[in-house]
Order: sequence, then C-alpha cells, then structure tokens
Amino acid sequence: MPNHKLARGVALVGAGMSKFGAFKGKTSRDLFVEAYVEMLESVDLGINPKEIEALYVGNYSCDLFEGQGHIAPIMASWTGLNPLPAVRVEDACASAGLALREGILAIASGMYDVVVVSGVEKMTDLPTEKVTDTLATAADVQYEIPAGFTFPGFYAAMATAYMHAYGATPETFMRVGIKNHQNGSMNEKAQFGATISSMMEGRKASAAKKGLPIPEWKDEMDFLHDDRANPIIAWPMRLYDCSPISDGAAVVLLVSEDLASKYSRNPIYITGTGQASDGALHDRQILTSIPSARLAANQAYQMAGITPADIDFAEVHDCFTIAEIIATEDLGFFEPGKGWIAAEQGDTSRIGPKPINLSGGLKSKGHPVGASGVGQVVEVWKQLRGQAGERQVPGKLRYGLTHNVGGTGQTCLVHIFERRD
Amino acid sequence: MENVFTHTAYSSYLNDHRLMGSKDLQTGEVFLPPRPMNPETFSTTMEWVELKGEGTLQAFTIVYIAPTAMIEAGYDRKNPYCVGIVKLEEGPMMSGLILGVDVRNPASIQIGMPLKVSFVDRGEGEGKQTFLAFEPA
Repeated sequence: MPNHKLARGVALVGAGMSKFGAFKGKTSRDLFVEAYVEMLESVDLGINPKEIEALYVGNYSCDLFEGQGHIAPIMASWTGLNPLPAVRVEDACASAGLALREGILAIASGMYDVVVVSGVEKMTDLPTEKVTDTLATAADVQYEIPAGFTFPGFYAAMATAYMHAYGATPETFMRVGIKNHQNGSMNEKAQFGATISSMMEGRKASAAKKGLPIPEWKDEMDFLHDDRANPIIAWPMRLYDCSPISDGAAVVLLVSEDLASKYSRNPIYITGTGQASDGALHDRQILTSIPSARLAANQAYQMAGITPADIDFAEVHDCFTIAEIIATEDLGFFEPGKGWIAAEQGDTSRIGPKPINLSGGLKSKGHPVGASGVGQVVEVWKQLRGQAGERQVPGKLRYGLTHNVGGTGQTCLVHIFERRD
Repeated sequence: MENVFTHTAYSSYLNDHRLMGSKDLQTGEVFLPPRPMNPETFSTTMEWVELKGEGTLQAFTIVYIAPTAMIEAGYDRKNPYCVGIVKLEEGPMMSGLILGVDVRNPASIQIGMPLKVSFVDRGEGEGKQTFLAFEPA
C-alpha cells in the first residue's frame, strides 16, 4: 500500500463526553448535548461555535435502537449547528473512528478549517435479545448469523483459535477484565466505576443484608470462575469478558494545524490515520489476528513516522477481553502469540511498560457502539495533556494511539496522537 | 453479466441438502459461499460446484445467550449450542452449527477435528428452511 500523507496537519483542541451507562429517559440527542457542551468548555482559549464549519456523527444503528434515522441533522439542530453540513457515518462499532478520519480528511483537504467530530449511541431501550439481533446485523446476515453466531460468539471462537495456537487460558482473559475494571474504577465517566473486587464485596454485603448465605469467594479469580456470579455468554467468554450494553456520546473539535494555537495552549496533533476493511470472519486466512487492524496500524505508523515502540499508551477496542490481547499484537506492541503473556505479566497495566485502556476500555467504561471510537480519543486527549486525574499515567507522554474495530474486523481504524512541547 | 451465484440460489440448493459453491474455471479456486467474482483475479468465469462437505474445525464457541432465531429453534442458557468455523477439503472456510459434540465439556471439542456436513431443517412445507451444520466425521 502506498504511504499516504495528509496535505496539511490536523490538531485536536477540545474533547468532551457524556457519562457512559444505561440512562432511562435520555435519548441520543440528550447525551449528545452533554458531550458537546463539555467539549466547548474544554477548549483552552474558547471557541465561538459560529467558527465551526461541519459536523461528523458516528452512529451505528439509531434506526433499530431508537426507531430514529437521519440522526446527524438532529444533533446539529440540538447544538445550534444547523445549517452546517451534518454527516452521519457508519462502520458498525468503528463508526466514531470513521467520523474522526472523515473529519481529518476534510480539514487536510483544505475544505474546512474547524470541524466537530462525534459519536453517539443509545442502546438500552431495547431488551437484550433485540440488542443482540441489532448488533448481529454488523456481521454477514446471509452466511454467519444463520449458523448461530453472535458477537460474543465470534470473539469466543477467535479465543478458542488463540488458546489452541498459543496456550492462553480462560484465566488469561479474566485478568484483562480485572485490569480494565481497575482502570475504570478511577474514571468518573465509566459505566462500571468499580473494581471487580469491590463489586464482589458489594454482592457479599448485599447477601448479608438480605439474610441470604454469604458467597465464599476467596478472591477475584474465584469470583470470576463462579458460573452464577459470572455466567458463560459464549464459551470461553463470560459476562465479565464482555463489554456492556451502553448509552453515551463523545465529541471532539478538530482544527487545521496552523489554527491550533488560536484555540489551545496545549493542542494535540493527529499525525497518523489508517483504515482497512475485510470480509466475514470465516473468509480470512487467520483467526488469531485481525488483519485489517495490522493494515490500519501500519498505515498510521508510516504516516506518523514512528514505530510501535514509540507509543506511550493506547486505547484499544476491547469489546471482549480476547480482543484486547489480539489488538496488542496487531498493533505491534507484542509478537504474535505473546500478547497473552504480556497481559498476564502486567505489562499492559497502568504502571506497566505499555499501558492499555487507561479509561477502563470498552469493558469498564462502556460501549455505546457508535460513540466508542471518539470516547477513546477523549481519553488520549486527557492523558497527553496530563488531565486524567487519579488514572493519569506518570511521566512525560508524547504519543497515544486509538484502535477502533467494526464487527470482527470488517473495519478497523487506527489513529496516532502527538503532544509537542 | 447476469449473476446467478446468489444467496437465493445457494439457499435453494441447501434446502435440497446440497452444499454448493462456485468454482473459478481459470484458477480452479472454489468459493463457499458462492461468489460471482474471484476477489483476487476479478475473473467472473464461474461454474457451480458441489462440495463433498468434509472438513476440519478451525474455531468454535458454545453459545449460551442466543439470538432470537436460535431461541425460536429451541436453544437457550439451559440448552446451549456449538457454532464454529470449518475449513472444507476443497479450500474455503465457512460458519456452521456444530452438532454431535458435548457442549457441556468444551475441552472435548478439538480444533482440527474432522467434520462432515449435516443439514438442519426448520419449519414445515413452504416455510421449510435448511441450515448448514457439521458433525464429527
């Protein structure tokens, strides 16, 4: 693939998000406004909304989740951005990563100088089986879904292939969940702002209060092995291996590089973007890697002129715990088959050499599917600017990366962010 | 070019318990599901080919939280099912239900195990639909 360059540089100068979670009584637009207002407030030197020239909205399936199509102009209306061009883009769970890339390309082309990029999803109005059916439409409904596959099932199948090839065990995946809940416990925007051990203690306390027998879990791993506390969804993926059903919105502000200092004392530069596509899971040469992620990552690294070793931390698409392990290999942080060992050794923890999913990831922060890709960018923005509070990675950070997957890798987007000072 | 290698045609063969793919006359490559175009060479010189239905298991899962269609077929948390990806002897890989394995003992299900095709009929008369499945050979 040729090594493409942006025709001009793009900077991130504002970022905001709603809390992610299950919000009865709030629709997409309600969450979107919360995220948008937080984005405006995050711009160091302020922005007059009249300077914004276009809106990009990542959204997977408002049509099926809320019975509302044509969502971009509604988001523009509720934020006073009409009559600007309002564009909805969709690549399943990578919709927001795609919105980011489209916003970058629009600025790089010279068409616009200031654009808002966002993602939004409202999933919790539907019962779980209908959510499962809606998500399934991101797979091949002619040849994959009739076989009985579900999304947890696809990733579980990748997990069996991975375990067979490299020797990982279901316990490996549990450790990823424990780590991401640990990170998410320090994120006030996370759906599960609690460690697995505190959730376990909470259930013991609740049983005691009700006069029921108190479960005798020795530790987090013991709790995670309990079929009642942590039921199997699609073996070997259990409940605590799966990201939740979520509502949420995330919004960022992009400007051309020459305008960055007009808006921000500490802008973040987007120096690499990559995107690739693929067919159904059964149509690939390999089931222990996501080829589109490798391609997208290589494009982004080449554009940024850096290597995986330069990345200080990354937000990766851990829709399921196995996905995080595969992502850390596809992004070149670890050799194929070595990602699970790195995860077990704590190399991807907040204080490890390659911190992954400091926000808590999709697992703990929540996964409003069409918003997740921009939700990742909000974390990178905070970490690179030293504004991540309790979960801030210590030391000087220069490069952050986001990895956003649609389906099982029919789409993948990778972006690289740089702090320059 | 009129495309006859459609999902409708594939499903119609499947209803007759025949596993049909397309074969590129130039390269000999077999595609399952059938494709009208070779994605590598862009050739459209395809013919129908019947697969023997023999292959090996490449990846699998036991689904406890089933989608609506599988719930209607009688599966749920108490009656989970195995679904997997099978590499056919002729080359292509395909998703299918895996029957005849011990879903309560995943360790007994081996990646690489030989499988043969099986056809699952659901519904009656005009409403009958056949689904692709595999079972231990």
